[in-house]
Amino acid sequence: MKILVGIKRVIDYNVRVQVNRDGSGVVKEGVKMSINPFDEIAVEEALRMKERGDANEVVVVSIGPEAAQQQLRTALAMGADRAVLYQSDEEVQPLAAARALLAVVEAEDPGLVLLGKQAIDDDSNQVGQMLAALWNRPQATFVSALEFTDGVAKATREVDAGLENIEVELPAVVTVDLRLNEPRFVKMPDIMKAKRKPLEIKPFAELGVEMPVQLETTLHEPPPKRQGGVKVDSVQALVEALKNKGVLS
Amino acid sequence: MSSVLLIADHDGKSLNTGIARSVACARQLGTVHVAVFHAPDADAPCAAAARLDGVSRVLSVSNPVNGTPLAAVLAPQIARLAAEHEGGYDYVLAPSTTFGKDVLPRVAALMGVPQVSDLMEVIDARTFKRPIYAGNVITTVKVPEGIPVLATVRIASFQAVGDGEDAPIVAAQAEVELPDHTRYLGLVDTGGSDRPDLQSAPVVVAGGRGVGSEENFQVIFKLADKLGAAVGASRAAVDAGYVPNEMQVGQTGKIIAPDLYFAIGISGAIQHMTGIKDAGCIVAINKDGDAPIFEVADYGLVGDLFTLLPELEKALDGA
Ligand SMILES: Cc1cc2nc3c(=O)[nH]c(=O)nc-3n(C[C@H](O)[C@H](O)[C@H](O)COP(=O)(O)OP(=O)(O)OC[C@H]3O[C@@H](n4cnc5c(N)ncnc54)[C@H](O)[C@@H]3O)c2cc1C
Ligand SMILES: Nc1ncnc2c1ncn2[C@@H]1O[C@H](COP(=O)(O)O)[C@@H](O)[C@H]1O
Repeated sequence: MKILVGIKRVIDYNVRVQVNRDGSGVVKEGVKMSINPFDEIAVEEALRMKERGDANEVVVVSIGPEAAQQQLRTALAMGADRAVLYQSDEEVQPLAAARALLAVVEAEDPGLVLLGKQAIDDDSNQVGQMLAALWNRPQATFVSALEFTDGVAKATREVDAGLENIEVELPAVVTVDLRLNEPRFVKMPDIMKAKRKPLEIKPFAELGVEMPVQLETTLHEPPPKRQGGVKVDSVQALVEALKNKGVLS
Repeated sequence: MSSVLLIADHDGKSLNTGIARSVACARQLGTVHVAVFHAPDADAPCAAAARLDGVSRVLSVSNPVNGTPLAAVLAPQIARLAAEHEGGYDYVLAPSTTFGKDVLPRVAALMGVPQVSDLMEVIDARTFKRPIYAGNVITTVKVPEGIPVLATVRIASFQAVGDGEDAPIVAAQAEVELPDHTRYLGLVDTGGSDRPDLQSAPVVVAGGRGVGSEENFQVIFKLADKLGAAVGASRAAVDAGYVPNEMQVGQTGKIIAPDLYFAIGISGAIQHMTGIKDAGCIVAINKDGDAPIFEVADYGLVGDLFTLLPELEKALDGA
């Protein structure tokens, strides 16, 4: 089985993101960029499936700027077999990304598509569900455990009530949550080896995606700042303060 | 007047508390109809939805296959329902619970329209605020004219509506072909608890990695029980297996807005803080006086939690 993994280049999760001066976006100059952390987990899961014999090829795909090659190279260094970048310098919102991934799916015919549950830049949490709808296939979202038997995947999902199990027939779209696995560290020799692995760069237009209506973002602002509070020096002082504030009776 | 279809999140017995909050958002946009997809013998959530102030009709969509919350089965029905009402609803909303996040993008894709995730404020009929970058940035987004607005509602941003006059409950059907490629196997029993619901409790006591172990977490539970509070946790505490995943608060856990939040042995990473931004009052107990949590806490107490919590319990007893 072939596994397709979608990865997005995003600002690293450790960066304190700042709004730029005119509110038209966020500061990206000189800021560390990484694979979306959920997507790294998706790559790791695909590699483990291959190592277990549940899959024989792992293809990573990204839609984004030319620089997203770096993130695809990292995925190749982790162990993915080949990578494709559909280069677009325009903003590709979730529905457009889902349509683009559908076109890739039609060309690649994977048995499983693994995506992150959300991209930590736009925090949309949409692409996997949208791709599954367009492909008319099952979705298992927010997955923290995954097993395969005879063309069926059993997925454990992290939901508000706790954990929930569902079963989906393949092919299917699975979006991964943080506790599915811990991604491996990339070793130096693997980085060297990855340089020889195939990475194709194609124009986004080649996918023939009908661009959907997109949301217009008119302003970026910092969130309202919480008033920094005070330190109290004893439990008694704390209880008194909370009572005075009326939050404790 | 515009029409709003709000998709109910429920477990067959009761309505998710996020629905009363979502109605508060929905009624700013138009006449609110709540759609309850349920199995024939599980229609109690319909009456609960009908009672909410600001709801003018409940659509009861009864079907044996609607007894379990499967997005692949519900989305085509929602898309059909959304298109049929008087030329189509102007808005289709769902709470940003895991249920709403799972199902609504699937509906949006079927309808071929974008979705606004985590709507936190209505600016005008088509302009909204929503958080990105784990709440570090708030964006204003506009949905272009000529298409229905689909959005998940960031429930922590809205105050729940109370009860009003009972709205009529109308039977509805959405005749569409439904897939059988997805099967629901059930909830995994994670021990559960009789404590208040994390998403609606007025007081929450949360523990982090600093608590140190599953056994030690008892000190958090004890304080919570004393206060009648719900229990939350940081991701680190969940990852380490101290408590089950449903207790996680933050960017990838629950976003909550209690009146009072205790962060105990939690450092205050942005991914955690985004889950409690709307809390009325935050209390931090941490042995590291430089922990970032103190920058946002209303009241901070520096010290060892294992010494301070027993003292706090005693002080509450004396109170
Ligand atoms: C994509 C992504 C999503 C994430 N989503 C979430 C999320 O939803 N929720 C979340 O919480 N995190 C999330 N995280 C993780 C987050 O970045 C932090 O790693 C996590 O919140 C840290 O948890 P903590 O504060 O319990 O642990 P730590 O950062 O290790 O802090 C432990 C604290 O306990 C204190 N302490 C230790 N012993 C004692 C003692 N005896 N008495 C008092 N204090 C003590 C220490 O001083 C320290 O400040 C996410 C990360 C990523 C990358
Ligand atoms: N531009 C993109 N290229 C490849 N995969 C993407 C892209 N955007 C989103 N994805 C995938 O979809 C997941 C969810 O993204 P989102 O719905 O934007 O939060 C991500 O974790 C990725 O796996």
